[in-house]
Amino acid sequence: MSARRILAVARAEAILVRRNRWLVMATLIMVLFALALSLAGSAPTGELGADMLTVSVASMTTLSVYLVPLLALLIGFDAIAGERERGSLGLLLSYPVGRGEILLGKALAHTGALAVACTIGFGVSGVLAFAISDVSEAALIALMRLVATSVLLGTVFLGLGYLLSAGAAGPGAAAGLAAGVWLVFVVLYDLGLLAVVVIDGDGAFSRHVFPWVMTANPADAFRLWNIAASDTVAIASGMGGAADALPRWAAPASLISWPVIAFLAARAAFRRIEP
Amino acid sequence: MSDPVLVLDNATKRRGSATVLSEISLDLTAGTRLALLGHNGAGKSTLIKAVLGLTRLDAGRITVCGAAPGSAAARADVAYLPEAVAFHGALTGREQLAFFARLAGEAPKRCGTLLDQVGLAAAADRRIATYSKGMRQRLGLAQALLGRPRLVLLDEPTSGLDPVSRFDLYRIIDGMAAAGAAVLIASHALTEVEARTDRIAILRDGRLVADDTLAALTRAAALPIRLRIRARAGAAERVAEALGGTRVNGASVELCCPADEKMAALARITGLGVAVEDLEVTPPGLEDLYRYYSKEAV
Repeated sequence: MSARRILAVARAEAILVRRNRWLVMATLIMVLFALALSLAGSAPTGELGADMLTVSVASMTTLSVYLVPLLALLIGFDAIAGERERGSLGLLLSYPVGRGEILLGKALAHTGALAVACTIGFGVSGVLAFAISDVSEAALIALMRLVATSVLLGTVFLGLGYLLSAGAAGPGAAAGLAAGVWLVFVVLYDLGLLAVVVIDGDGAFSRHVFPWVMTANPADAFRLWNIAASDTVAIASGMGGAADALPRWAAPASLISWPVIAFLAARAAFRRIEP
Repeated sequence: MSDPVLVLDNATKRRGSATVLSEISLDLTAGTRLALLGHNGAGKSTLIKAVLGLTRLDAGRITVCGAAPGSAAARADVAYLPEAVAFHGALTGREQLAFFARLAGEAPKRCGTLLDQVGLAAAADRRIATYSKGMRQRLGLAQALLGRPRLVLLDEPTSGLDPVSRFDLYRIIDGMAAAGAAVLIASHALTEVEARTDRIAILRDGRLVADDTLAALTRAAALPIRLRIRARAGAAERVAEALGGTRVNGASVELCCPADEKMAALARITGLGVAVEDLEVTPPGLEDLYRYYSKEAV
């Protein structure tokens, strides 16, 4: 691994992210949704004992679970498949640069782009709350935690995107699989768990197994982390129960190990490619 | 004799039941230009990919400057110009080249000189999406010049280039060979390769059917030399009878003879005196040789 080569890949990739408008579009989407949620969420404050920004953070946490994986997959699915389709992969691999280095370089640029989109998007909401009401220190910390964990959640799905990109037959197939991955992790997983819990009632599964199975999913781990870390956000989101059943480290451990696992899997898939 | 830069030892590659490369042994020393000829699907690109380490051999061995193909050491010594080279259209030529320079461990500052050398200085800051096919090929050549390679692999380098660009390309290749690089050129452009390479290897259905200098291949093939004699008006009949050749377009006679009988034939022709107006001697060309070797049963 050489930092020089990783940075070279990241640098070229950063130019591409800016030129293909992904960065502008992602930031715009984040800003629009964050603004909409902040303004719509400002009405019912007070009753739950949460200030405006805390309520916004709670609703933006839910937004982030849907949006960030989508944006990350949108940029990740093309990373390898696109190079292969274009015919530029063979030349790239003839250079003394490792496949892991290529992936890390791309991940660095893509994570940076996600960080910009999340910081600006959620930051706008913070500035707005600051302008029209008081902002507590706890709410500010919750907002910063939201930005940081959103970027971490993004890297999970960047890694999964690379994995699909390296494993699929082409960019089209990778895009289709990316949609499937998004649906499974963000929607179907929770629906499935919900169904089991409904059937199980207050049984052993619901009390002991369910929180662990839930936190194994990076999207849920992200949600649990943000909720467990802030009592007020938990109250505002009404999700404190599941978070209380787990030790504090569980959700962060899940969300931190997922990018590593996804990245290693992507590298393994990439190594099998003969351009 | 310097150590060979590239050694192929019984290299064999199968794809399903087909043998794409069959027991190919070949070596290439520094400063040598080798033309690798063959039909589409003869295995030229596969051979290059095996040398790059992009595809694994089923049997045999390849070493590049003593290292395994695809190893970091081998990749640092090899430059590659793929067939129909492709880049990121959204990058400018300069950005793309600077990217490769950084990967090769070379200062991006040298890119300006290289772009100038391949005639892309004026287009350096335009996006590659706006480049013509020839311009992309030139950019591909510029990246192959990065990092002082010891082995240069060029896959159909002249495709899409106009005659002037081709001339420039071969000038640059000569420069690389003169600087000590071993150059392997896979090509269809037979006539240019003839004048510009030191050795010729011919692949047919994954087998290496020839590997020698042009002169040695010509000798081994023993292809006939073609003599075309133009007779003076009215004397064509007499010339044809005397030499036993075939009549072509009224006034000329064509004669084929093995290389070692050339002088005897010439003596007979000059013996005809004033009946002969002109004489043209055509040695077998690369095209004839290529046809001979690529059709020959193994």
